[in-house]
Amino acid sequence: MPSSNVKKFIVYSLFMGILILPMVGLPSTGFEITRALLVWGVFVGILAFWLLGKSIRGSDAFQSAAGGLAPFRSRLFDNFTKVPTKIYLCLLLFALAAYPQVANNYMVDVGITCLIYVVLGLGLDIVVGLAGLLDLGYIAFYAVGAYTYSLLNLHFGLSFWSCLPIGIVLGAVCGCIIGYPTLRMRGDYLAIVTMGFGEIIRLVLNNWDKLTKGPNGLLGMAKPAIGYPSFAEGGVKWVSYSLKSLHSLYYLILLIAVLTVIGVGRLNNSRIGRAWIAIREDEVAAELSGVPTTWLKLLAYAMGAAFASVAGAFFASKLSYTNPNFFIFMESCIVLCIVVLGGVGSIPGIVLAGIVLIAVPEVSRELQNYRMLVFGLAMAVMMVLRPEGLIPATRHKRELHETEGETYGE
Amino acid sequence: MASEQPILKLEDVHTYYGNIHALKGVSCAIPSGDIACLIGANGAGKSTTLLTIFGVQRAAEGKILYKGREIHHLRPEQVAALGVSQTPEGRQIFPRMTTLENLEMGAFLRGDKVAVAEDMEWVFSLFPVLQERTRQLGGTLSGGEQQMLAIGRALMSRPELLLLDEPSLGLAPKLVEKIFETILEISKSGVTIFLVEQNAHMALSISNTGYVMETGRIVLTDKASDLLQNEKVKKAYLGE
Repeated sequence: MPSSNVKKFIVYSLFMGILILPMVGLPSTGFEITRALLVWGVFVGILAFWLLGKSIRGSDAFQSAAGGLAPFRSRLFDNFTKVPTKIYLCLLLFALAAYPQVANNYMVDVGITCLIYVVLGLGLDIVVGLAGLLDLGYIAFYAVGAYTYSLLNLHFGLSFWSCLPIGIVLGAVCGCIIGYPTLRMRGDYLAIVTMGFGEIIRLVLNNWDKLTKGPNGLLGMAKPAIGYPSFAEGGVKWVSYSLKSLHSLYYLILLIAVLTVIGVGRLNNSRIGRAWIAIREDEVAAELSGVPTTWLKLLAYAMGAAFASVAGAFFASKLSYTNPNFFIFMESCIVLCIVVLGGVGSIPGIVLAGIVLIAVPEVSRELQNYRMLVFGLAMAVMMVLRPEGLIPATRHKRELHETEGETYGE
Repeated sequence: MASEQPILKLEDVHTYYGNIHALKGVSCAIPSGDIACLIGANGAGKSTTLLTIFGVQRAAEGKILYKGREIHHLRPEQVAALGVSQTPEGRQIFPRMTTLENLEMGAFLRGDKVAVAEDMEWVFSLFPVLQERTRQLGGTLSGGEQQMLAIGRALMSRPELLLLDEPSLGLAPKLVEKIFETILEISKSGVTIFLVEQNAHMALSISNTGYVMETGRIVLTDKASDLLQNEKVKKAYLGE
């Protein structure tokens, strides 16, 4: 093992020790040295393994052996890339569709949550990834969708489907309301204002007792229903079938997620998407190229908000319950984490990150209090090892690994 | 003034940045097909003049006329749609877009793909080096190439009036010469050019009309060849 790796090992282990020993070893009852050392030992073990692997891979002997294998490897890789993307997509879709058939109810429920966050992540990606406007209050639009459906359904008995367009419009209007005063802001200031806006929406929902029943929340909304024709006696009748089971709800959100992926994908490659990227790159230059920046920035907010609103309406109807505490600042952070971790501007990355970030804390419930530690550590490690995200968008990858004179294919 | 209507006319234009009075009544008229240049020291308001014409900065008072039409209340994209184009100061290209994507952004408002492709060919004939770099990211181009790209992008909207903000900024003398030769070539194709420059000698030598700007006002207007001989200009801007 080269000396640099030994040095790394010692420094990292000590750092971990300082971090973990007091955190794990000091529960409410007293200092438990064995438990703390155990957790630390696991980390040190993983670290040693990783560094050992790295130095073996870097050694001359391994390099020459790998050199002999290279043609085989490239051939194998070629065979993988030869299969068109569409086939992978079909396989993935099939796997997602088959998932509820093999999973138990709890797992289906987790799956639904994952897909809701996938929709949210993709919606936020329009604002953050494409237009480059950092939005820390995104969850407010999710709340707008949820409350729009809840109130309209409870007071006027409107169905889920008729509430969807209303929710989308209201979400987009709210997006413009937050967008308009922040048009001239950038970066940190924009983040602070959007964060404030998110909190305002939550506080209004929390305190407007007459309309929203405050922290008690709203209860008893109908589940989404679909109509199908029934050919009984006396002609055709439309019968509505309420999507009460978790399975049917799963398929509904899967449909919404697939439509979102298609929608955001098309935006990504459209003229509008290109203009958004230009605004992110250099606003003045975009303006001088004839890009209507004001209107396109508002459009980015409105589009992002519309997707969140759809997710919110679904969320409220699925639970038949909603309360302001679902829409705390932490939720905005998680959605932003999904976008950043998945890879800004990358649709497959965000889908994967949405599933991973929501599923991992659920699956690791057995670890009890350590699960958040694991979660945080996983994120920190990700940011160090793959700052461009799980599946980086081609454009963003260029940004982080830019070298002079390098050329890229289109 | 010539009997023909000037393509661009500024009448007593005032612009403010907050409380700072940046333009204090700028007036000028640029005939169609001309090359005009605006010279002056740092902070005189040259770039502000261009940004005000384009509508990025709003004129608080005064009139801006493009082909006799008032444009001072229009937004930048509306001005661009009328056939005005501008290169930003300091070679602001889109650094993480390829050369090709940068040029395509220049044609953002145009729908006619065939004509856009023709103009792309024209830009490549003006700047052959860009054609070799089509797939390279804008940010990785050299300074001169970035300036060429900025001019090329501005030409992609097929403008009738081209506003150039300091095309020689930070370039080696040889490259500056090349850029100015190309500007002459662009002018020959019928594009009116309004040039803002600190490199007064170079700018005046290719221009017909010259304007000298000091602290938000145009203090001197004359034929460019006469300005080159003017004692005051020689002393202040030509370093003679």
